[in-house]
Amino acid sequence: MSNNVGNAVDDDERVKGMSPLRKAMIRPELGAICGTILVFVFFFLTARDSGMFGAAGVLNWTLVSAQFAIIAVGACMLMIAGEFDLSVGSMIGFAGIILALLTISVGLPTWLAIIITFIVCIGLGAVNGWLVIKTGLPSFIVTLATLFILRGLTIFAAIATTRKTIIGGMREASEGDWLAGLFGGKIFKGFFQWLGDAGMIDVFSRGVKKGMPVVEGIPMLIVWALGLIIIAHIVLTKTRFGNWIFASGGDAQAARYAGVPVNRTKILMFMFTAFCATVFAVCQVMEFGSAGADRGILKEFEAIISVVIGGALLTGGYGSVIGAALGALIFGVVQQGLFFAGVESSLFRVFLGILLLLAVILNTYIRRMITGEK
Amino acid sequence: MVEPIIRMKNIEKHFGLVIALAGVSVDIMAGECHCLLGDNGAGKSTFIKTMSGVHKPSKGEIIFSGEAMKFERPRDAIAAGVATVYQDLAMIPLMSVSRNFFMGNEPIKKFAGISFFDHEYANRVTMQEMKKMGINLRGPDQAVGTLSGGERQTVAIARAVHFGAKVLILDEPTSALGVRQTSNVLATIDKVRNQGIAVVFITHNVRHAMAVGDRFTVLNRGKTLGTAIRGEITPEELQDLMAGGQELASLEGSLGGTV
Repeated sequence: MSNNVGNAVDDDERVKGMSPLRKAMIRPELGAICGTILVFVFFFLTARDSGMFGAAGVLNWTLVSAQFAIIAVGACMLMIAGEFDLSVGSMIGFAGIILALLTISVGLPTWLAIIITFIVCIGLGAVNGWLVIKTGLPSFIVTLATLFILRGLTIFAAIATTRKTIIGGMREASEGDWLAGLFGGKIFKGFFQWLGDAGMIDVFSRGVKKGMPVVEGIPMLIVWALGLIIIAHIVLTKTRFGNWIFASGGDAQAARYAGVPVNRTKILMFMFTAFCATVFAVCQVMEFGSAGADRGILKEFEAIISVVIGGALLTGGYGSVIGAALGALIFGVVQQGLFFAGVESSLFRVFLGILLLLAVILNTYIRRMITGEK
Repeated sequence: MVEPIIRMKNIEKHFGLVIALAGVSVDIMAGECHCLLGDNGAGKSTFIKTMSGVHKPSKGEIIFSGEAMKFERPRDAIAAGVATVYQDLAMIPLMSVSRNFFMGNEPIKKFAGISFFDHEYANRVTMQEMKKMGINLRGPDQAVGTLSGGERQTVAIARAVHFGAKVLILDEPTSALGVRQTSNVLATIDKVRNQGIAVVFITHNVRHAMAVGDRFTVLNRGKTLGTAIRGEITPEELQDLMAGGQELASLEGSLGGTV
């Protein structure tokens, strides 16, 4: 390998060796992994008998975690690329209302309305990114403006056209639609029916659903969350574009000098964040059968908290999608677990705050070890 | 006489009303270390940014290997073989050495029709190139932030050489370094020059310049004061030229020639 090395020293006495265990431990997700274990142990001890770890309970917190995860994946990629998007929550409300207006008021078939909604929202994401790049302003400010503009427009559009802020009738309108099923449907129904019949999971004992399992199938929202996590993780760690994302967030100028198309990378990440918000919105509209102009409030902060618990650096250039997904899982389990454990729900925020603080302290420590930051 | 690899002819650069360069001509030969000296504000940075495609000259010609070149973007200059290593913008500290090494030039491996970053190749080449430069890494995934300033400069130089640089521009690579790191970087410059690459070494430290330079060009207030060959000029004369021949002369006595 190195026959042209003359008198290279084999080991630098000042570089300490690292044990394989330590090397495997020291990773950006370590904080989130510890947090996840802690949270599960805690709830296993306090809420074991509440049904939290039964089939219906597991589905409950998995679904909530998946909701957080969809938004967190987008926020994570964008944060690693060195930018923020505070307009995610408003984008969720906006996408839902656009979809409902196109379907109910305009009367378009649901699949066409979904496609148009995606195009409009991803376009708005590109506008966000373009504004940040062109003005050179912090994305924090630009997207804070978009947060208000989009929320205002959403409420205005809903009231001006239907005199209501909630538009219903989506379930009936999208009955049998092929694309709607991709967001609102459930998979593996037969498998869960079989599990119910075989007595492996509980079945309803009375009412119209008598004999059906308590868990009908896996909601598409969870499938989307898993798909987005896996794809985003692969793109980030295993592709050329992933290297550009890290480089753009790490030091945009140094990346430009090395020939990385920083502007294009950042704008694409804004578009991806908007895409994730729209996936969330469409799933939610299909699940509830209605769209509300106030949907998605504070989602941007929940996403950022998940990402930070997951070990990403607020200033960009460092982080992990797996970490962000674990952050979302912690978030979901804590929120639903406190309910199962019968704890006063206002304590959720206290618990979350403490968790956030602990995770960030641990993450900062780990990151310093890895990157040699001062 | 051998044709210079890059010939900058009467380069002028104006920023609005400010004339940063007022007609600078420099020839750079392959396999030489050409030192560009000058005090702060002399126009060194503007000059090398013109050479590396960051700025377009207001007037003048850049002739690269005998052909007139117009660099629109840094990427054009890099593609032609002009690589620049900036003092503090060489590397991204949060990223691993191998990710930094291949930043903007990521090796690709196809799998099921999809292009993936070839980490295996990247890691192997990085370790190999680092060893050649005499840097021992714990592993290719070690973050650049854990390296010293001199090692970072060396990684950046090794990267430029690996990707086929014919002209290597070093922007004050030694100005923030300690004695030992400086000597490492100077040794690296010597290795690179011996491979036939033209090195343009920007500095305002005459001793560092004298240690490795073959030829010396002094810039002052946007103009060249001529190019000198090694052995034809003393450090004192260089120092005088940089300072414009005036202020330092009167200080010389009290400082005892140690600047």
